[in-house]
Amino acid sequence: MLLLGIVLFIAAAPSGYQIGDTVADFNLKNTDGQMVSLANYKNAKGIIVIFDCNTCPYSKAYNDRIIALNKKYASQGFPVIAINANDPEISPGDSFDEMVSQARRKGYDFPYLVDENQTVAKAFGAASTPTVFVLKKTNDKYSVAYIGAIDDNTRDASAANKKYVEEAVDALLAGKPVRTEKTKAIGCRVKYRNS
Amino acid sequence: MKRVMSILFLLAAGTAFAQKASVVKFNAVEKLLKTKSDTIQVINFWATWCAPCVKELPLFEQLGTAGKPVVKVTLINLDFADKLERVNAFMSRKNIKSKVLLLDEIDYNTWIDKVDKSWNGAIPATLVINPKTGARKFAEKEFADAKELEQMISAVR
Repeated sequence: MLLLGIVLFIAAAPSGYQIGDTVADFNLKNTDGQMVSLANYKNAKGIIVIFDCNTCPYSKAYNDRIIALNKKYASQGFPVIAINANDPEISPGDSFDEMVSQARRKGYDFPYLVDENQTVAKAFGAASTPTVFVLKKTNDKYSVAYIGAIDDNTRDASAANKKYVEEAVDALLAGKPVRTEKTKAIGCRVKYRNS
Repeated sequence: MKRVMSILFLLAAGTAFAQKASVVKFNAVEKLLKTKSDTIQVINFWATWCAPCVKELPLFEQLGTAGKPVVKVTLINLDFADKLERVNAFMSRKNIKSKVLLLDEIDYNTWIDKVDKSWNGAIPATLVINPKTGARKFAEKEFADAKELEQMISAVR
C-alpha cells in the first residue's frame, strides 16, 4: 500500500553554522541592559559563544565550568558570551528578569544575552543547551572553529577527561589546528517558538 | 490467617517491586537497535527533569493498549545514574508500564551518532525501527498528539 503524501519531520533547530563558516555579527541585550555585539570586542582573538539557559539541569551542571572558562580565557583573548534564546512563554524560568537574577546571583563577569527573536540561535543552529561555538577572529571576521559540548562528563567536572572547549581554545592560541572540531552532548532543546 | 498474611505480603511485595528501571551501558541499547525481533520498536529518549519529555510519555504508554497494532516500547532514561531512586519513584507515581532503561553512559559524544547521525543530542527524541525491513525513522522533537506518533510508526510499517 502506497503511503501518499510525505511525512515531514522538521527538526526544531535549523542547520546553522558549520566549521569554517563566517559568523554574522549580532546585537543583543545583556542582563545589565547594555547591547552587545561581536564588533565590541576589538582586541579579542576569538569568542567562546555558549547557548545556555537558566532552566536546563545540564546547563546548571555546567554553570561553574562556564564561569571558569571566562576566568581562564578572557584575559588570553577568548572571552565567553552566553546567549539565552529560550521563549519565556514556553519556559518562564528563562524570562529576562530571571536571567538578570541568575547573572547577579552567580556573579557573571561575562555577557548573558537574551536572543528575543531567536534569530541568532537559528543562525548558529543551536539545538540544545548548553552548546558552545568557539569562534576565531581573522582580520575582523569571526569564523567557527569548534561546535559542541564543553567536555565529556556533564555530571562530574572532576571526572571530565576530554575538555573539548579548552583544547580548542588552547590550539587556537597556539596557532595549531583544532583536533576535535565537533562533538555532541545530551541537552535540553532550545525552546523555539512554534516548534 | 497466616495464609492470608503471606498472600497479602506477596501482593505488597509484588507492587513494591513493580516497574523498576534497569541501569544499562550503551551496549544494551546497541543490542536493542539491532534486534532481530518481528515487532516494530519504538525507542524514546527522556529524563524526569525534561518537561516536554514527561508530557509526551502517556502517548508512548498508550501504544500498548488494546486495538492498536503491537509495538515494543522502550523508554531510555537519561537521568544521571545516581538518581535511580528518583527515576523509580517517578515511574511508580506515573504508573509507567513500559520498559525503562536508565542509560549510564556519560560520554555522550561516543554514542549519540550511533542512535542517529542527525541527532543533535536534544531530548525528547524518538527512534522507530522495523527490524524486519530495516526501515527506521528518527525525530528530535516532542509529539503533540497520538496521531503524530502513529504517523511515525506507520511510516516504517
